[in-house]
Amino acid sequence: MCANHDCLPPAPPSRRGFLFTLGASLSALAAVLAGIPIIGYLFGPVRGRAGQAWIKLGEAARFPEGQTRLATYDNPFRVAWDGPTAKIACWVRRVGNEQFQVFAVNCAHLGCPVRWFQESRLFMCPCHGGVYYEDGSRASGPPPRGLFEYEYEVRNGQLWVRGGQLPTLAGPV
Amino acid sequence: MPKITAALRSIAGWLEARTGLAGAIMPAATHAVPRRTASWWYVFGSATLTLFVLQIATGICLALVYVPSADQAYQSLQYLNDSAAFGAFLRAVHFWGSNAMVAVMTLHLLQVFLFGAYKYPREMTWIAGVFMLLCTLGMAFTGQILRWDQDAYWGLGIGASIAARAPLVGDTLVHVMLGGPIIAGRTLSRFFALHVFVIPGMLIALTGLHVWLVLRLGVNEWPMPGRLVDRETYRDRYQAEVHRDGVPFVPVAVRKDMVAAGVVILAVLACAAIFGPNGPHGVPDPTITDAAPRPDFYFLSLFALMALLPPWTETAILLVGMPVAIMILFAVPLLSPTGEKSWRRRPVAVLSALLILLVVTTLAALGVMSPWSPVMDASTALATPVAYVQGRSPLELQGALVVQSKQCRNCHSLGGEGGARGPALDGVATRLTRDQLIRQVLQGGGNMPAYGKNLTPAEVNALVAFLQTLRPANQPPARTPVAMHPPTREE
Repeated sequence: MCANHDCLPPAPPSRRGFLFTLGASLSALAAVLAGIPIIGYLFGPVRGRAGQAWIKLGEAARFPEGQTRLATYDNPFRVAWDGPTAKIACWVRRVGNEQFQVFAVNCAHLGCPVRWFQESRLFMCPCHGGVYYEDGSRASGPPPRGLFEYEYEVRNGQLWVRGGQLPTLAGPV
Repeated sequence: MPKITAALRSIAGWLEARTGLAGAIMPAATHAVPRRTASWWYVFGSATLTLFVLQIATGICLALVYVPSADQAYQSLQYLNDSAAFGAFLRAVHFWGSNAMVAVMTLHLLQVFLFGAYKYPREMTWIAGVFMLLCTLGMAFTGQILRWDQDAYWGLGIGASIAARAPLVGDTLVHVMLGGPIIAGRTLSRFFALHVFVIPGMLIALTGLHVWLVLRLGVNEWPMPGRLVDRETYRDRYQAEVHRDGVPFVPVAVRKDMVAAGVVILAVLACAAIFGPNGPHGVPDPTITDAAPRPDFYFLSLFALMALLPPWTETAILLVGMPVAIMILFAVPLLSPTGEKSWRRRPVAVLSALLILLVVTTLAALGVMSPWSPVMDASTALATPVAYVQGRSPLELQGALVVQSKQCRNCHSLGGEGGARGPALDGVATRLTRDQLIRQVLQGGGNMPAYGKNLTPAEVNALVAFLQTLRPANQPPARTPVAMHPPTREE
């Protein structure tokens, strides 16, 4: 039955076997220790929705009542080498005296820049034909929802919005 | 002369004695292949490889000047276009080379599919090839981003918006993809690393594997109808055929490969010389909202699909349909590992390939025309056709002004000019009555926004008066259908 040496009692640990085990374990440990910072580095940009900041859009008086105007601001999380992409645009609609609606330019369908048409009072998207009414609600086309809206505040006559994220269906503004 | 030859020969002999490279490569280069595979049908793989080498060479050259930084990438591209010696030409070669690589690789895929080359024992060759196709499309997308213009910026927006649709992990995916909370400097750096290090490294490794498998398993023989692949007999039969009637790859079969590779490279150079480089198309400043982003041609069919699918199916098709389609492509050799190879006896395979080609090219053509996109400058750029305003009453002329100023023609054409999102208005009076026109304008419907809040009653009145004139002289206006009695049993 015990023809092969499988059922012999286990050989005493040899120096070669020990070195092999030691080498394999050390390499595995090194791989894990080197891997953790690499994975952490790659996933570093993930930081939940906390990554938002209050941004000053300028004098509220710049936005006439009943009108929708383009406003631009600098991405609050910009780095020195962002160049023109540090600038972000939004559509500001002044509904009443202290009442505003601030929309992201990004279409809720696939993120293309929607354009405001004053005469027909519609936002139109150049990519897939999404259309929104002046209050941001969906009018036609493929968007699954209305335009993304910023949280805003008027402080001392200045209009502030809370933003800093690329608005998508997973995380608006 | 004989002395020089002798010297060269002795140097070569010394090198070979030390490296043994020729001894290793020669048998692979001259290995026997089935005679009929020395065919024009078998040149697409080597042509793709040649294009890949061209892409590497031109890509390294461009990287010598290109600045992968969001604030200077655009200027460095302009410098390449305007100032660097041969800069514009090399950019053009890299762009046309990428188009050619996708195109020729597609031809290779089709040939391999139709000739049954993926069947036993070459399943892994196919699977490695599909990985290479995905890598090449990855190169195409990341390369389009490195152009760092408006198309690149909004292309990233589309990519991120698609990633965001993934349940639970959507937000994480977006941030990992962009390298930050928003498309900016760190995004470009990520895509530069992907385009220049990660994906090319994968492609080179996969190319090595793919060629190794071709050498190990042999070039697929010419498929003969009725000669079925059987796991028991295939390898012996292949060896016997090669032994009986094989030709050496070098110098026999390789002749046509060299001709094809030369023609493809010359075609790329000609396109580059004639059409020049692509872009960059406009500073990637997201506050310029009159951008109309379009992807490069390889993604036009996907772009069109996103406009034409019913909205409620989009997420499912993007997140489930596409991965399933890719899995099926991978699984082709596992689904049909043996049996008939000849396309003459595989009608389902031929028809599926034709159907897919037809769908993809039709979608791409629609993507070029983008009939779903509003014509953004219609109200200022297009004139109302003279015939539609001649001899009209003042009220009707007022209506023509409403059509123009309320941007109706962004979506509706008149005289063949204007958007194609909605129906042309030329014959609208033959289709809709006055009441139906008023209802459609005020309430919208069928993909048209409601204009009730944006038009005064006077404007609606004028608009409808004008629309009622829009019919050919020989066709009667639409009439309200008269309610008919339901047919009774006696009738």
